[in-house]
Amino acid sequence: MGKREKHIDRTKQGISIRDLHKSFGTNHVLRGIDLDVYQGENVAVLGRSGTGKSVLIKIIAGLLKPDKGSVDVLGNKVTAISYRELEQLRLRIGFSFQSSALYDSMTVRENLEFPLLRNSKQLSAKQVTQAVEKALEAVGLSQTINQWPAELSGGQRKRIGIARTLIMQPAIMLYDEPTAGLDPITSMEINELINEVQQKFNTSSIIITHDLTCAKATGDRVAVLLDGRFVQEGSFDDVFASGDERLKSFYDYNFIT
Amino acid sequence: MHDASMKLNQKQPRRYIISEKLDAFFSDVYAFGLFIARFFRVLFIPPYEFKEIIRQSYTIGVKSLPLITLTGFITGIVFTKQSRPSLSDFGATSWLPSLVAIAIIRALAPLVTGLITAGKVGSNIGAELGSMKVTEQIDAMEVSATNPFKFLVVTRVLGTTCMVPLLMLYMALLALLGAFVNVHSNEQTSFVSFIENGFHSIVFLDIFSSVLKSIVFGFTIGIVSCYQGYNTTQGTQGVGRAANTSVVMSMFLIFIEEIIIVQITNWFRVT
Repeated sequence: MGKREKHIDRTKQGISIRDLHKSFGTNHVLRGIDLDVYQGENVAVLGRSGTGKSVLIKIIAGLLKPDKGSVDVLGNKVTAISYRELEQLRLRIGFSFQSSALYDSMTVRENLEFPLLRNSKQLSAKQVTQAVEKALEAVGLSQTINQWPAELSGGQRKRIGIARTLIMQPAIMLYDEPTAGLDPITSMEINELINEVQQKFNTSSIIITHDLTCAKATGDRVAVLLDGRFVQEGSFDDVFASGDERLKSFYDYNFIT
Repeated sequence: MHDASMKLNQKQPRRYIISEKLDAFFSDVYAFGLFIARFFRVLFIPPYEFKEIIRQSYTIGVKSLPLITLTGFITGIVFTKQSRPSLSDFGATSWLPSLVAIAIIRALAPLVTGLITAGKVGSNIGAELGSMKVTEQIDAMEVSATNPFKFLVVTRVLGTTCMVPLLMLYMALLALLGAFVNVHSNEQTSFVSFIENGFHSIVFLDIFSSVLKSIVFGFTIGIVSCYQGYNTTQGTQGVGRAANTSVVMSMFLIFIEEIIIVQITNWFRVT
């Protein structure tokens, strides 16, 4: 399952974050985050639960507002643009939620059609169907097209969630704990899918995870979030060869137990 | 550095303006006020989501019909049955159609329809939106460039506001039919005579105030339930609480609004 050759364009930034701060009441979750994600690059953000990893990508998608700092996505300042502009930007951002977030009241087909029908009104019914079939094919779940989300397994739900984001052909992909709660085989399949998406669409991606296998398999670069700051950044091997004691227990738990 | 962050994360004792519960109550009222203001602000901004409004109206209106039919018919029968002995004591059973029609149109139909819709539709909206909130479906909608407030809240509130008055008129008809069945079985009154007697004392203001009440009740049920569902926290427990609070708050506000509108209508009636 080795990573394929990638073309990371270091002259083009997909995401650029500077001095990002976010608090909830007295809980200071993010305390000055700096991060650049280049076009065609996968960055895995590692950290324990409750360290603000999900908060970080929710700020990038404009779902949360930071207290301080700047977030540039594809050249747009997320914190400074209007709601209309943010909606336009979101069409180029794919967000895979931890819970998959499939709409319970819609079938798989309707889930995938939803963003297309609302945002690409010029498409004919045939083109919409073709796009849905293509997206399902990309995640290997064409047979589930008429099923309800409740009838799918956890892994299938994750894949459909990713397919729903792919249908809009995003330039940025944000994955929130893509392998959480999945068995090792399904996790491996999801990791492969993340790499395939990156290869096919040349996306810039942030993969939020506490699963080191996922980080190793998908991340061109790994950033470790601790106490609201990135304490280590680099390739997976470099980060865990650094001898940082704070990462040792994390590594041991993931690979030894 | 670690110590500094530990200090920052230490919980400071909170200070309250009045008391913990009253502060929470007033901040909730304030948030609810902002939610209503947001509804009216978003209401007039395109796209107008006509398709979803029709879908919601169908779900709210048509699917409530069986319950409204049953309760309307039974309300008419029971109210007539219970009123007969009192009128009979004064030898005034001929006034029964008139009494029943006034009671149904002025009070029973809007109030019972409001309460039933609050129970059936309010809990449904509260639970549905609550569940969507805790499973991140609302966030998913937002990142797919759809305004979830417009798509989920505005459409449902408009659905309840439009459908409750229609359900109320339907219930009034069914309740009158129930009343007629009871009157006919006891006094062999014809349908035409029953309607003539019944509507003899009904004026335009009665029907107008009932429709107005129903519009207000419908809006209340929609906005309260959406507010509760849309602001659900604490997982599945929160979903249950949202459904429950939607019903309780809607019913409570319906009674308050009933008193206010009746009072205002009475001023017009006197003048």
